[in-house]
Amino acid sequence: MSPQSDQTYESWEARHQATQLVKVSQTLAALADEDDRIVVASSDLKYATLVSEFEERHPERFFQFGIAERNMIGAAAGMATCGFIPYIATFASFSGLLGYEGIRTDLAYPQVPVRILATHSGISMGFFSTSHHATEDISALRSVAGLMVLSPADGTSAAALLTATVDYPGPIYVRLGRGREATLYENLPGGYEPGVPWLARKGADLLIVSTGIMVGNSVRAADALAAHGIDAAVLDVHTLKPFSSDAVVEHASRYPAILVVEDHNTEGGLGSMVAESLALAGHRRPLLKHGIPDEYCIIGPPAHCYAYYGLDEDGIARTASAFLDQVSSWWDGADRSCWTEAEKSRVIAESRATDRLPSDLSLVGLDY
Amino acid sequence: MSDGVTDIQDLERRCLETRLRILEQIEVAGGGHYGSSLSLVELLVSLYHTYLRVRPDDPDWIDRDRVILSKGHGCSALYAVLADLGFFDRAELHTFTRLGSDFGDHPDRTKVTGVDFSSGSLGHGLSVGAGMATGLRLRGSAGRVVVVIGDGEQDEGQMWEAAGYAAARGLSNLMAVCDRNGVQVDGPTKEILDLEPMGEKWRSFGWNVREVDGHDLPALVRTWEDVAEDQQNQGGRPTIVIARTSAGKGIPDIEGDAAWHVGYLHGPDMEAAVRTIRAMYPAVNAGAER
Repeated sequence: MSPQSDQTYESWEARHQATQLVKVSQTLAALADEDDRIVVASSDLKYATLVSEFEERHPERFFQFGIAERNMIGAAAGMATCGFIPYIATFASFSGLLGYEGIRTDLAYPQVPVRILATHSGISMGFFSTSHHATEDISALRSVAGLMVLSPADGTSAAALLTATVDYPGPIYVRLGRGREATLYENLPGGYEPGVPWLARKGADLLIVSTGIMVGNSVRAADALAAHGIDAAVLDVHTLKPFSSDAVVEHASRYPAILVVEDHNTEGGLGSMVAESLALAGHRRPLLKHGIPDEYCIIGPPAHCYAYYGLDEDGIARTASAFLDQVSSWWDGADRSCWTEAEKSRVIAESRATDRLPSDLSLVGLDY
Repeated sequence: MSDGVTDIQDLERRCLETRLRILEQIEVAGGGHYGSSLSLVELLVSLYHTYLRVRPDDPDWIDRDRVILSKGHGCSALYAVLADLGFFDRAELHTFTRLGSDFGDHPDRTKVTGVDFSSGSLGHGLSVGAGMATGLRLRGSAGRVVVVIGDGEQDEGQMWEAAGYAAARGLSNLMAVCDRNGVQVDGPTKEILDLEPMGEKWRSFGWNVREVDGHDLPALVRTWEDVAEDQQNQGGRPTIVIARTSAGKGIPDIEGDAAWHVGYLHGPDMEAAVRTIRAMYPAVNAGAER
């Protein structure tokens, strides 16, 4: 018997389809073949974060800290002062949030080259619920001076950014997904480098600004919109800090409307950063912040949670379409609700229709 | 309790039903924490039915005893026990983890009646419990606090901050119950940070320490009686009960296996699990459970 599971839980096999995390671990292992400064650690989540792959290749350079994230962050700082480059892996909720003060005080303030592999960010843990979600890490970390925040769209992007930043002298927070998302970039040409946002899809009617695993969904949504005569561009903001405000404004000023898509609280995340940049540059554009509203994500399987908040391909396309319908009246009386309660109710009904009903549970043999 | 034999049989019947309801919830979810839930069954059933003073028909009763499942990933055991007590309709367990449900794979006090505190991020529960014990004492309440902790959870530094505070303040109305099942996500606790000598660590922090077989119902009932008596008479110290358990208790193929921290039993494996669990309780009339 092996602990296999259906698509709602992470079976061993499913983990190995976690392309982004597999790529991260393989990239680190390959870099470490040539660079003995690279060490990796985890806090009792080496299999879930997949750094177990690194451990297999470089067991002497892997460190298990147990369920003790703050200790791991402090110890990584100490190792960094001895000439090593620690990559420490745990869920975003237990690094960006639980470890926040350590990131500021032990990593950013002293400027040590520690890299935090913050996996399972956003709402990707689904029904594990709020303790395991991280929809606040972008807004929290963007105000930590001296910290770099990367948010790669897929495994290819993560490998490129990690490889480019090995010698970066300060700390880096790498916001990763659960890793099951389809690969977006088969390969990346030159120019995809830390700091500079990447135009992942060209368009004319709308600019979708997105980050991390939401970029792929946005590109697929844009492809779907094309069939309805909407030509949407997608900007991949893979570097959230330092934020390339000028470059984002330059892109945004070419489009009549801006839709920001993020798996993060809409208060203080990428949407706020884009709005702030446009306002400061004096650009007036209809802008919609589309993400998790200011609430704790409801319970549900991960894919269903994304759908509920309109963050899957279908939801982003519907939101973009509703947004464009309102753009002409955006400044005078539009209701601006583009992802409605009715849409959420529809998603719940569709999701519940696939649930196992009590009659399917006869195996257990309990009567009701 | 008048008739000890009957009472233990009643607890056994509830344990059987709780185990089956754990399997059922995980079947609804399509996977879950069998190990960490099944190791908790005797602990929670015996606590709720012989030690804790709670009122399912008045769940917010201010002087009730509080329970925090600090190892929140064992919540399908807690949900089953709370449903059996009547805090909510047991049919609600069929929504476990489904979109829009109140029942996630870590408990939420704002959604589930009878859950005294939300949990899921390890190392927090004992601090919250120490605060509840302080608050109850400040109110002059007789309410007591039970915090169910994991063993791997003791890797977290905050556990020991709470341990120091609770002993320094003499919180005798606080009991930690350690589900000592010996495994955590990445492997056996012994291979991660070891944790031993666990009892000596807590004793050196100023706690009363008791150890018990966490699947032995008569021994557990006696332990809770002894703790209640200590709390009544001696005072001055918080108590920890280190309960030796087996992760996945009742399903021999997965017992004690860290790889099964999260998993899914497919059809035939599920049928086998139901059989081995039923076989644990020869004295319980198989047709007697509701």
